[in-house]
Amino acid sequence: MQAIIQTEHLNLWYGEHQALHDINMEIGANRITALIGPSGCGKTTFLKTINRMSDLVPNCRIEGSVQYNGKDIFAKDVDVTQLRTKIGMVFQKANPFPMSIYDNIAYGPRLQGIRSRAELDEIVEISLKNAAIWDETKDRLKKSALSLSGGQQQRLCIARSLAVRPDVLLMDEPTSALDPISTGKIEELALALKQNYTIVMVTHNMQQAARISDQTAFFLLGELIECGDTETLFSTPQDNRTEAYITGRFG
Amino acid sequence: MKQKKVLETGFHCVFLLCGLIAVAFVLFISIYLVLSGIPAIREIGLPEFLFGKTWSAGTNQFGILPFILTSVYGTAGAVLLGAPLGIMTAVYISKVAPARTAEMIHTAVALLAGIPSVVYGLVGMIVLVPGIQKLFSLSSGACLLAAILVLTVMILPYVINVSETALRAVPKEYEEASLALGATETETYFKVSLTAARSGVVTAIVQGVGRAIGEAMAIIMVSGNVANMPGLFRSVRFLTTAIVSEMSYASPGSLQKQALFSIGLVLFLFIMMINAFLRLILRKEAR
Repeated sequence: MQAIIQTEHLNLWYGEHQALHDINMEIGANRITALIGPSGCGKTTFLKTINRMSDLVPNCRIEGSVQYNGKDIFAKDVDVTQLRTKIGMVFQKANPFPMSIYDNIAYGPRLQGIRSRAELDEIVEISLKNAAIWDETKDRLKKSALSLSGGQQQRLCIARSLAVRPDVLLMDEPTSALDPISTGKIEELALALKQNYTIVMVTHNMQQAARISDQTAFFLLGELIECGDTETLFSTPQDNRTEAYITGRFG
Repeated sequence: MKQKKVLETGFHCVFLLCGLIAVAFVLFISIYLVLSGIPAIREIGLPEFLFGKTWSAGTNQFGILPFILTSVYGTAGAVLLGAPLGIMTAVYISKVAPARTAEMIHTAVALLAGIPSVVYGLVGMIVLVPGIQKLFSLSSGACLLAAILVLTVMILPYVINVSETALRAVPKEYEEASLALGATETETYFKVSLTAARSGVVTAIVQGVGRAIGEAMAIIMVSGNVANMPGLFRSVRFLTTAIVSEMSYASPGSLQKQALFSIGLVLFLFIMMINAFLRLILRKEAR
């Protein structure tokens, strides 16, 4: 496995409270990595650290390193906006901007200075196709993104992330607010996207982790308890706590 | 039991009456303005009244184009200066500033809103007018520019407060999504937060317009009050100040007095148009 993201002795505090304890983990390129664990275990915090959305939290202090392609993302010369175009994020609640579908997708490319209409048209089309929502939206690109259903909005948000050409997609419980059919579509999409992207997904749903991920990491109380091949982790967990959690004894 | 019901019905009637009083006042004022504004317009002729460039009681010429244009230019000027300033302040308070700084500015803005307009006029007269006179070497600093500056400060609290409320109501998720796409914070505020808050921001501006066009006291003290066609450094008279300055000495029943009522009607129509515009926007946004 070739690691695209690597953390070493990552510790994170919110004020006095330590939310992550010495996380050492490797995330493989072109694979789906699932982060599981009970609420408040630090998996979302960990996810937000990878693209430095943690910068936005006041009183957040980080020690240790997170490397993306072998380079520390907290190094002084790292342009955080550049980093976030390479490591995109999809949120728990679909959050399209209150603009047209087209403008939602074109938002990121426009930030990068792309003005040409033809070029934007192409990016919008490709992004929507890659997020498997082109057929549903091609006739209504000028309509408000808020007119879409919840599942469509989430796929639109994925398309919006894809439009800035990232390498990595971080997904924070992307299906927790969706119905089973929409969830299925997002899962299918994730499986298709791993050809070209690395996906890290926080999920509360262990079946989901087992269904689609290649690698699973189990977090508990801010510690990484176990991380490994999904099949192995679910069939023969090394740690008692992992076993207790995946068999539903707590969580 | 029965007594309670009677009491209940009684109060319902009282509430209804209170509601009707407000409606009655609006109706009364509208009807009164129309009735008292029409005769002079009839006598002068609508085109002559609206587009006449001379207002002179001595020669019985009552054209209010100078007043209309002054009001429009003055309001436009104040909004042109006040809207960007107010919106930027609102962005700063709601998004950028640390909590304590934001609180301080917020309090200052609230105080600004509470200052009586005559005080704005006084300060303008003592500070602004001589300042403009010196700066531009004019014979008098009482001019349209002075009025615009005073109006700008007066509409600021409205623009700031309404935009701030709208900006604070923008879901954090929008801003997070923008930042996660590689936008800087400034880009996020301008491209996402303000876009999401646009109906509130437009409301703020329209309210500013309404406030500016209706103001009389502060600007009569700094604008020179001469019925000239408007120019930035000319003494000018607004729709409002035209009424204020002549109403007390126009003889009852004269065409001059009637024409002043007609000016009131024109002002009233302006305000009505602004309100209608505002409602249109809000309704469109609600859909």
